[in-house]
Amino acid sequence: MSDIMVDIQHLSFSRGQHLIYDDMSMQVRRGKVTAIMGPSGIGKTTLLKLIGGQLKPDSGHILFDGQDIPALSRADLYQARKKMSMLFQSGALFTEMSVFDNVAFPIREHTRLPESLIRLIVLMKLESVGLRGARDLKPAELSGGMARRAALARAIALDPELIMYDEPFAGQDPISMGVIVRLIKELNNALGLTSIVVSHDVTEVMSIADYVYVVAEKKVIGHGTPEQLRQDKSELVQQFLKGEADGAVPFHYRAQAYEDELMESAR
Amino acid sequence: MITDKLQTLGRDTINNIAGFGRSGLMLFGALVGKPDFRKGFPLLIRQLYVIGVLSLLIIVVSGLFIGMVLALQGYTVLVKFGAEGMLGPLVALSLLRELGPVVTALLFAGRAGSALTAEIGLMKATEQLSGMEMMAVDPLRRIIAPRFWAGVISMPLLALVFNAVGILGGHLIGVDWLGVDGGSYWSTMQANVDLYQDVLNGVIKSFVFAIIVVWIALHKGFDAVPTSEGISRATTQTVVTASLTVLGFDFILTALMFGG
Repeated sequence: MSDIMVDIQHLSFSRGQHLIYDDMSMQVRRGKVTAIMGPSGIGKTTLLKLIGGQLKPDSGHILFDGQDIPALSRADLYQARKKMSMLFQSGALFTEMSVFDNVAFPIREHTRLPESLIRLIVLMKLESVGLRGARDLKPAELSGGMARRAALARAIALDPELIMYDEPFAGQDPISMGVIVRLIKELNNALGLTSIVVSHDVTEVMSIADYVYVVAEKKVIGHGTPEQLRQDKSELVQQFLKGEADGAVPFHYRAQAYEDELMESAR
Repeated sequence: MITDKLQTLGRDTINNIAGFGRSGLMLFGALVGKPDFRKGFPLLIRQLYVIGVLSLLIIVVSGLFIGMVLALQGYTVLVKFGAEGMLGPLVALSLLRELGPVVTALLFAGRAGSALTAEIGLMKATEQLSGMEMMAVDPLRRIIAPRFWAGVISMPLLALVFNAVGILGGHLIGVDWLGVDGGSYWSTMQANVDLYQDVLNGVIKSFVFAIIVVWIALHKGFDAVPTSEGISRATTQTVVTASLTVLGFDFILTALMFGG
């Protein structure tokens, strides 16, 4: 068994005319929390969808557990997806089902376990995210943080090998943020998972990640352990980590000269 | 100017053809393959209820009124020729051949079609379809297929209910109110309605319309731009496109069945 869980080699991907990744490579080690950080709008979610095989790259390889995801047949891709799981930013809970049925959904779809056993598994998963008491609620009745935890319980329902978190901290209050930070770390260690966390929340990510990639301008601009990254000399990496408004990444969206545009309307 | 118009025309045509291709792929992915009855059957039953049973009220009420209006209008003409005894066949044939399948399809597009589009569009917008795909569950098989079959099964049945209620409505006005002889209402109907020519052709029409309406509704939802504006546009498009397509196909089918 290789030490590398996800191996992205020379990945290029474009949407229409717009190039999103240009010859990018990165490795995700088994059993570790790997974070992918970068300014919003650079296609971090796209990267997760590429790993999950929902999008196909223009060129390059995405190896998941030794299998080249873009080259897999439909049936093999669905088999591979049973070993991975993704926590969407919105949670993506099924709105017409209760929390319990949401968590039970992947188990009922992929196994033929008796209902009594499914109940046990679901209760265990819900207990691990602290929502055992909320099992009869509908997703609409949950707060944002609870919905994300419920979705997390569903994501680990089938004990995946890889779990991908899409902006798990976005829009959370400090308490639920702390809860989710702890959960990601604990689940990773207790269940022997491999985790990929995509986020732009620097402090939270640096506190739990074993390894960090900073992605900007269509490629990896810096990587290393959180300590290594803080020592990184790249201006761009430092601007991002310190959250400075202007620098290598300009504050302004590209536009014609300010004076010209104001004068134009005055004319 | 003219080149701009030509460009728009060309782009729209290409987009439409591409959309048609995508809708075909969607249906192909949903329907072709080994069916799983253990999982599929409960889903189908649930959708039959949501799509079929819940549409029953609007179908019954509309059928009743259409039948009543038919009898009223037909009577005023027939009575001039002393032919009010033929009211039964007039009501029955109008309903069975034409109004039953068509009006049911139009109502179905408005009641169930728009709901299907909105539901699937919202599932797409809230990443539920994506999430399902990542859980290795094919949304085409899990979401699209049961809704398609439920629509195709329930619409011909709804059209038959519409016809039956309409004929009773015609009886209510023609016989109970306007005084046409009840015996002749039923016996002339029995003599003039043919099981294959009239009833079966109506069911075939209704079956074709069901495929059209449900296919359009599912595809518009599945292909919707996942924003609130996109979903509202998709829902409107479902009703407009499905209604127009049904009317167009109705003409073709009528010409084929009764035209020559």
